[in-house]
Amino acid sequence: MTEPVLELRDVNKSFGPIDVLHDINLTVKAGEVLCLLGDNGAGKSTLIKTLAGVHKPTSGQMFMDGKAVTFDKPKDAADRGIATVHQFGGTFPLMTIGRSFFVGVEPTRKIGPFKVFDRKTANETAVKAVQEFGITRIDDGDRLIGGLSGGERQSLAIARAVHFGARVLILDEPTAALGVKQASHVLRIVLEAKKRGIAVIFITHQVTHAMAVGDHFAVLIRGAVAANFMRGEKSREEITDLMAGGEALADLDTAMEGYMETHEGHPPQPASRATVA
Amino acid sequence: MATATRTDTATTGAQGQATGRSFGALVRRPEAGSVLGLLAVFIFFTAVSGPIFVLPAGFASWLNVAAEIGIVALPIGLLMIAGELDLSIGAVIPASALTFAVISGFYGAPEIVGVAAAFGVGLLVGAINGFLVLRTGVPSLIVPIGTMFAVMGLTLGLSVLLTGATSSNVVPSPFWKGLMGQFIGGMFQVTIFWWAAFAAIVAYILHVSPFGNWVYAVGGDKISARNAGIPTERLTISLFMLSGFAAAFVGVSQAMVYQSAQVAGGQAFIFNSIMCVVIGGVLLTGGFGSVFGIVLGTITLSMVNQGIYFTGFDPNLGSVIIGALLLLAVLMNDTFRQMALSYSSKKKS
Repeated sequence: MTEPVLELRDVNKSFGPIDVLHDINLTVKAGEVLCLLGDNGAGKSTLIKTLAGVHKPTSGQMFMDGKAVTFDKPKDAADRGIATVHQFGGTFPLMTIGRSFFVGVEPTRKIGPFKVFDRKTANETAVKAVQEFGITRIDDGDRLIGGLSGGERQSLAIARAVHFGARVLILDEPTAALGVKQASHVLRIVLEAKKRGIAVIFITHQVTHAMAVGDHFAVLIRGAVAANFMRGEKSREEITDLMAGGEALADLDTAMEGYMETHEGHPPQPASRATVA
Repeated sequence: MATATRTDTATTGAQGQATGRSFGALVRRPEAGSVLGLLAVFIFFTAVSGPIFVLPAGFASWLNVAAEIGIVALPIGLLMIAGELDLSIGAVIPASALTFAVISGFYGAPEIVGVAAAFGVGLLVGAINGFLVLRTGVPSLIVPIGTMFAVMGLTLGLSVLLTGATSSNVVPSPFWKGLMGQFIGGMFQVTIFWWAAFAAIVAYILHVSPFGNWVYAVGGDKISARNAGIPTERLTISLFMLSGFAAAFVGVSQAMVYQSAQVAGGQAFIFNSIMCVVIGGVLLTGGFGSVFGIVLGTITLSMVNQGIYFTGFDPNLGSVIIGALLLLAVLMNDTFRQMALSYSSKKKS
């Protein structure tokens, strides 16, 4: 098959005496969604930051299109087409859609000797870019970012990254703060990005969301890749178990869900939970 | 009035393209609240103090005050939009005035040398502020307070050391007097035109040039802005230097007008300039605001400041009105900002 867009070989990262990442080996190909699963503190954020050029690996190598790369600063990663979208979209609530879309790369035109921010082009391009991703509710580039829903903000941020030529899209818990419907919008946009041949790294701890879009899964436990498997190789329960470090959390999870269904959505009392575990 | 409209068209012209068609676009403008505030204040004082308030003398009285505050309020506004604050202007104004007066008055050097040195003082203090804020990570409320006291002390010490006095006289040549310290028609200070020019330049920077987008972005979210490739450090230092320069400009023009400079004075500018900016709809935490709003806020504040003398009220009441106005302005701006955020997002699922 095609060469991976991004590959990590034996990447280690430690902060002083604390080892955060151990021998991470990961590959992601164009048009593929790699789901990075892991509990809190598993090293997901450090891994993302390493990919985005915020941290430099202590040892190990990163490759893009088969060539070794090193990132000294986030800009280096961005210039190579690695874009990170954070949980809240990393956008500016009080800026207009058009302005925030083009932060740092403002379109300009000349009026006499003066460089002028081209608001019309900015707004039109921004609106067109999100609408192509199927978010047709955004139709006015003068609206403020803060007035958009969480899902719309995420979508806008993803559309922005793709518009500016992202080849690897890192999505840091894009669905964590969203409701069910909003999350499904974002998942659809992830699939759209994949269809356009972008390599997507989707970080989440919601197994259902991961299973909906992922082609390839990696479970991170205490800084190491505990499992690396393709779509369909493991069930939801197995993945949940892995994330919890092998404890029978899946049983607990299904038991809880069963309980909640029969008890009008209330989780069981701590006492009953203890008996299940 | 001629000058007032001049200022307004200078700023609206620059951002006229953004003036919207719908209610939503209108309410989204940061100065939506301050327009109402200005109207209310103007109507109130015209009604209470009678026709004198709308005669040229009435206009001159607040325009002269507005021009001086306005020149510093504009860069302070830019800084606040970028999420920073600069209180050191209160010390830079007398320091630069005295620098000019000592060099061109006490030592008799040509005006150009004194003016250049005074502007240099402003730019230097601004650069130090910006550098310290970035390097130490101490909030920009504290750093400029530090530099303010340092500059105040240095001004006093050096003035006494060099001239043996805490004030200095200077008689500028007609050319310089005409440029920065003249009264036009016997009552309109030439600084009003400088204010208009400053407003036009700052409006261009903030609303028209791509640089303005960076200012909003830095004020909105500094880390995202840096990740987007904006040179945030250079931007912050430039903005602090701009505010230092504007303060020096006001200091020099005061020295030109009064033909003397004192060690003290200028502290009133600290709070007045911040109030102008806040009344004008700039968000205290950054990321939101407009030059047109700052200009309106400046006019509102100076109208209250001066208008009180045209009424029969005790002038001390002016402070009460200003206090109430500030509170009202912030409340109103918050309301308008909420409307701006929620407008046309009703269709949310």
